[in-house]
Amino acid sequence: MLSVWMILTAIAVLGFSGLPVCLLSSRSVVGQRIATLLMFLGSIIGLGGIAVSFNEATTPTLCVPWFLPFGQFMVTIDAISILFLVPVFIVPVLGSIYGLRYWKQSEHQENGQRLAFFYGLLAGSMALVVIAHDAVLFLIAWEIMAIAAYFAATAEDDNPDVCRAGWIYLIATHVGTLCLIAMFALWRHATNSFALMPIVGIPAETAGTIFVLALIGFGFKAGIMPLHVWLPGAHANAPSHVSAVMSGVMLKMGVYGIIRMTALLPMPAVWWGGTLLILGAITGVAGIAFAIGQNDIKRMLAYSSIENIGIIIIGLGLALLGRSLNQPVWVVLGLGGSLLHVWNHSLFKSLLFFNAGAIIHAAHTRNIDQMGGLAKRMPLVMVLFVVGAVAICALPPLNGFASEWLIYNGLFNTLGFDGNAGFPAAAIAAVPLAMIGALAVACFIKMFGAVFLGSPRCESANHAHNQPLSMIMPMAVLAVGCIGIGLFPIIATVPLDKAVKIWASLPVQTVSITTAVPLGWIAKMGLAFVVLIGVIILVLKNLPRAKVVSRAGTWDCGYARPTARIQYTGSSFGQMLVSLFNFILWPKTDLPAIHKLFPSTARFKNIVPDTILDRLIVPLFRIAGRYLPMLRILQQGQTHFYVLYILIIVIILLICGSIGV
Amino acid sequence: MTDKIIHILLLIVMPPLLLGVINKTKAWFAGRNGPPVLQSYYDIIKLLRKGMVISTTTTWIFIAGPVVTLAAVLLAGMLIPIGSFNSPIAFAGDLILFAYLFGLARFFTTAAAMDTGSPFEGMGSAREVTFACLSEPAMFFAFLVLAKLSGSLTLTHMLHGPAEGFSSAMAAPLILVSIGLFVVLLAETCRIPVDDPNTHLELTMIHEVMVLDHSGPLLGIILYSAAMKMFILGTVLLHIILPFQTRTMWINWPMFIIELLGLAIVIGIVESIMARLRMRHIPGLLIAALLFCGFGFILLVRYNQ
Repeated sequence: MLSVWMILTAIAVLGFSGLPVCLLSSRSVVGQRIATLLMFLGSIIGLGGIAVSFNEATTPTLCVPWFLPFGQFMVTIDAISILFLVPVFIVPVLGSIYGLRYWKQSEHQENGQRLAFFYGLLAGSMALVVIAHDAVLFLIAWEIMAIAAYFAATAEDDNPDVCRAGWIYLIATHVGTLCLIAMFALWRHATNSFALMPIVGIPAETAGTIFVLALIGFGFKAGIMPLHVWLPGAHANAPSHVSAVMSGVMLKMGVYGIIRMTALLPMPAVWWGGTLLILGAITGVAGIAFAIGQNDIKRMLAYSSIENIGIIIIGLGLALLGRSLNQPVWVVLGLGGSLLHVWNHSLFKSLLFFNAGAIIHAAHTRNIDQMGGLAKRMPLVMVLFVVGAVAICALPPLNGFASEWLIYNGLFNTLGFDGNAGFPAAAIAAVPLAMIGALAVACFIKMFGAVFLGSPRCESANHAHNQPLSMIMPMAVLAVGCIGIGLFPIIATVPLDKAVKIWASLPVQTVSITTAVPLGWIAKMGLAFVVLIGVIILVLKNLPRAKVVSRAGTWDCGYARPTARIQYTGSSFGQMLVSLFNFILWPKTDLPAIHKLFPSTARFKNIVPDTILDRLIVPLFRIAGRYLPMLRILQQGQTHFYVLYILIIVIILLICGSIGV
Repeated sequence: MTDKIIHILLLIVMPPLLLGVINKTKAWFAGRNGPPVLQSYYDIIKLLRKGMVISTTTTWIFIAGPVVTLAAVLLAGMLIPIGSFNSPIAFAGDLILFAYLFGLARFFTTAAAMDTGSPFEGMGSAREVTFACLSEPAMFFAFLVLAKLSGSLTLTHMLHGPAEGFSSAMAAPLILVSIGLFVVLLAETCRIPVDDPNTHLELTMIHEVMVLDHSGPLLGIILYSAAMKMFILGTVLLHIILPFQTRTMWINWPMFIIELLGLAIVIGIVESIMARLRMRHIPGLLIAALLFCGFGFILLVRYNQ
């Protein structure tokens, strides 16, 4: 029980950590420091609570009735909750430390207080979401989280872009919540309770409907394609440490929802897992393809988050298939890999968003095509970026590889299956996963090359400078996490195994991750790789003329006046891939026509808009905005008319009921 | 133990020989004498004994490129079995590490190219990463076929095939896969018709243009790792197209060497009789490779039912 109280305390401290900033003068930075200290305290208490819960014999649960006529205050800290709590207690506090300099209160007097308040509230509500075991409590926490994220992300609401992104987010999240309300209503109907406890014996159609509603409702939050519409804009326009929390932690709340609901529902049908595999593959490939098409560093990172959600969903789909077809190894590797990827993504994506913040701070633009050469000006930031980029491309020996390796192993394991299904269709998902891997390398080389390498393309990039320690330190912590899990993924297996067993209600003595795959080899190979690099460098240094290094400019084919503008930009780098994925990206190209013998200055423009949002949803909403006002005839603004409508509807329903429609 | 030592020795010593054989074949087709077969060794040794010129634009990434590439390729070479012998390192799932080590090499090679700020090298790296997006899925389809056939996730077992050898019924999928893998081999090792290793500065180059600014020992390392990559991918392909072995184990070593040199001659012939494709047709070729491997997988699965 101690652990529940500790975590509840942590939630309260995190949730109200922004209050001191609001109470003190808007010019003082003292409040912000106190807020960060509170976040730090809250996180320590929370992590302590998690540690305590490991030693408790039973799953700690707290259940008290409350003032509302339905539901109750019920929280439980099981292994699944713990896995999702860890990022909540790590990323926001680092973001808060980062924000001390990035969003200094004295420099952002008009919105700093609001940001600090909702930032804390966001962190606290996310922790409440993952421990709530009652539908009503869950929805309350979910809604607080959505609203807090809205106000935190729209801190700069004097900018029209920010407002637009905020509105889209608000609409999307509430459509999702609508699905969740429908789902929980159905849940109440099927189980006669709002408690989120495993159920047995509900009709397959009801279970299927609940699954689909959960997938849509939580899919909006997680950013599964085509429900991702809010994600790129909101992430790009939020302050960078808010983007880090949104991308690194909040998206995972959607994943958590799907994992929790599938854990509660009995006997998943085969099509559940199949749907997730297909959705995951589409989300992954399309997400990273869109990322390659962008020029805004934060939009690229946001689309890459969609890609990573795709990878997580592929793992989850495999695990669901394993449960329906009774293959514990698939469950262990699929869910284990997917949960480990949840951790990993929260580490490297937050790292990269912090990094992007530092870059934007230095270069005063989000357009990567105007940067360049930052490596020389911000060497520390660049090293940390390389760690994050190698990790997110799932390259060994960092952590992204460990989780994808588990999922790959699970997918390849399905080849040995000879059931009624016969066709090992699940294994084919390894191919899009490989494509995602290769595309991710392309995407991050594009970003790395355009931002850090070469020479600066504009004046502000030229004057970039290293960032203060309080901004570097949070990134360094995350980078150490990436390297740690990458070299020793074995440390994560204990909580992962526990969570997998709860999810699939597998008996304790079945397979675990370490018995299913030789995870120790990952560590050995990682270390071997590091040693090999050391040896090669040593040999290089001891070559006879190794010290003879002359410096000269990059070879320019004898051209006398090379400028920074002849460098390959990010757009040119991605151009081939964008045209290869023309069929989903639909890039808009503005090609200048040449009319006269001596054409005047022309501009070439090439952008990749979001296909779903800009070509489907926005036009649909325009049409709706044009024609739906006709329905205003019904809206008289007089209460008795509305009561009349209710009466008419009830009468119609009564008639329908009596004739048995 | 001796086998492991021979494996490592072959992996380290033999790769440049392949380049020599290819060049000799091409020279023969062109009616020239050509450089000696050992020329690549001389080149690499010469480069290792020189100093370096490094661009003022570059950072440590420029040096990390060749170093990481060599380490990754060497490690990948430890995972594949040579001839009828087991690989020095084998564990379930090593095939994924194998593929991703090449990914790691690509990350740092292309980053090192971008580091110079030269538009040529930018072009080269853009092409390199683009084509990999098609060749990597093809490779995974091939892995799926091999894993399904052998029932194993270890490269050693996958490439050696089932204990009783591949059955003749498996010929169709294996032929498709070997065609696909051969195209992947040509693309990944930058040979004609995808890339021309002989010309440096044409706008159509991929690999050669990425290493324009590297010189001295760094260039030597790059040449050496490229050769080693060809050695590794060639060895993988040989397992599928020539799965022969004799009872007398020691004969298998010279047999493997002859087979690999034979493959080098084939590559040389392809390079001599074909022209390089236009850049925008290369994705088509790689998609064809992907389709070959994919249909191989589908054939195999249908057969199993």
